[in-house]
Amino acid sequence: MSKQLRRLWTEWTIALKFLREGRAQTVMILIGVAVGVAVIVFVTALIQGLQSNLIERTLGTQAHIRLLPPDEVNLRLPAAQGTVQLVQEDKRVQRLRSINNWQQVAATLDQLPALTAVSPVVSGPAFARRGAALESVALVGVDLERYQQIIPLSTYLLEGQLRVGAGDAMIGKLLAENLGLRVGDKLRLETGQQSAAIVNIAAVFELGVRELDARYVYLDLKQAQSLLNLPGGITVLDLTVEEIFTAQAIAARIARLTGLKAESWMETNAQLMNGLTAQSMSTNIIVVFVALSVAFGIASVLSVSVVQRTREIGILRATGATRQQILRIFLLQGAVFGLLGSGIGIAASYALVWMFNNAGPGLFYIPISSTLILSSLLLATVTGVIAAAVPSRRAASLDPVEAIRYV
Amino acid sequence: MSELGHEVLRLAGLRKSYNIGRPNAAEILHGLNLDIGRHDFAALIGPSGSGKSTLLNILGLLDKPSAGELYLLGQATSTMDDASRTALRGAAIGFVFQFHHLIQAFNTLENVLMPLMLAQGKPDAAMLERARALLAAVGLEKYEQAKPNQLSGGQQQRVAIARALITQPALLLADEPTGNLDTHTAAEVFELFRRFNREYGCAVLLVTHDPRLSVACDRTINLVDGLIVSDTPNSAQQ
Repeated sequence: MSKQLRRLWTEWTIALKFLREGRAQTVMILIGVAVGVAVIVFVTALIQGLQSNLIERTLGTQAHIRLLPPDEVNLRLPAAQGTVQLVQEDKRVQRLRSINNWQQVAATLDQLPALTAVSPVVSGPAFARRGAALESVALVGVDLERYQQIIPLSTYLLEGQLRVGAGDAMIGKLLAENLGLRVGDKLRLETGQQSAAIVNIAAVFELGVRELDARYVYLDLKQAQSLLNLPGGITVLDLTVEEIFTAQAIAARIARLTGLKAESWMETNAQLMNGLTAQSMSTNIIVVFVALSVAFGIASVLSVSVVQRTREIGILRATGATRQQILRIFLLQGAVFGLLGSGIGIAASYALVWMFNNAGPGLFYIPISSTLILSSLLLATVTGVIAAAVPSRRAASLDPVEAIRYV
Repeated sequence: MSELGHEVLRLAGLRKSYNIGRPNAAEILHGLNLDIGRHDFAALIGPSGSGKSTLLNILGLLDKPSAGELYLLGQATSTMDDASRTALRGAAIGFVFQFHHLIQAFNTLENVLMPLMLAQGKPDAAMLERARALLAAVGLEKYEQAKPNQLSGGQQQRVAIARALITQPALLLADEPTGNLDTHTAAEVFELFRRFNREYGCAVLLVTHDPRLSVACDRTINLVDGLIVSDTPNSAQQ
């Protein structure tokens, strides 16, 4: 083995000398590889940046997983063996219900290492009335400290103070505009259940989603419970997870564990997920085809080089080089093309990303991950070796007698 | 490898044909028998097309015979695979071609070291010392950093001889080594073969057209139309 390694030094030296001697060719193919790799890295980083930006915006106002009470279904006797039961039924009305035993469920979920936050929420419909104006709203009763871990309300605050205690409410910007409300004003909330309540506007926020900004009214958990006639109950458990793309799997696990309905953000944003998948696919197609053209470039340059060096290959064979050594000399050249070219290409794409981040339209920030850099170095090097395979085999199979006479 | 008696090379009924099984099939060598011993200094002569180069390539394990056997240092070579043939070639045979055939990308010293580097990797101090000694022996110690294209034809041929000798081969094969050199340089190069045959004890087989060269050898093998028609010692040394 060590003999093989020591011979590899010679093969490596010859490969490098050959590359240096054919400088014009080497430089041109390196530029070709570099351009290809720069395109791959830049496009991949751009799409990654875009996607993580989209996801970040989407999840900025959403829990990763929502746990809901299971749907109410009609109960019926099982059919006797050997009979077929035809049933016509009306679906049960899904009334506002609390999650059974939610304190215990929440305590259990707090122990799950995959989850980063658990927040009990009680939410239901109501009307907000001010003078003659009436708006339908969604009451959201929260434990502010826990809820902040799900949605960082403080970052969306426009005016007022983050506070939902005793008779305080926080409302969205559009609702405030529609009802002409400012911090400190009073607002009457009616639920049609029993008593109405008059709350004090403590803060106005802007989540950036029209629907939410026009409808959300944050209250204290207890006040919302009493308004919605769910004393001590909650309707939703909002969860966040460490790895956002594991939400689906974790949701399924929690559903089995608790018997509750678990909805992950990936289900509720199926359209976004579709878009992301399609985008990733088109990126991958670009990557594959650019890599393919880089591979053919390397292969054609090495094929020419093998013809040009036919005589030298013959000399090397006559001075003791095995077929394997000739093969490796050319494979190594392919590897060098890939490695060096991708190094230059990565530097170039770094410059492009820097320009995009600093001087570009400023739509979003593109990070470049070290995984992307390492994998593109590896991909390009492997591509170089594979591309070199055909010309290398040709070089190795040259008949030394004929090769040496070749002029 | 070199302690196997006095025989370096033996041919037994060696034949070589081209295009076997096709209408243009042709036998170039018709069953040759030949012995070359350890200190032999032989010339292989013959008209163009007699099969000299073909024979030399087979002797150097660059080409395979169609029939018969070639024993190199006592080993039958027809059944060897490429790796063992290459290993044996590297260890036992040095080549000198008519056109010096150096590798342009490497300097003189590296060209001389090439057979050792291919077999053993990065040259160590002992290998460098041997290469420098050989360069000094061919009178090129001042040119070790020069690239082949900075040397004259004679100088390049001397580098090629040093390269052929770096592995301390038992047999040196030379294909018209002085063919494209002027008379004076040719005589110098020939003297080098003489000297290495004497000092290093390696057998030399020299293919040549030049009658002055062949009579200066100890033995003349005459190949005509693929047959050895004479194999005589040159008794009268000049």
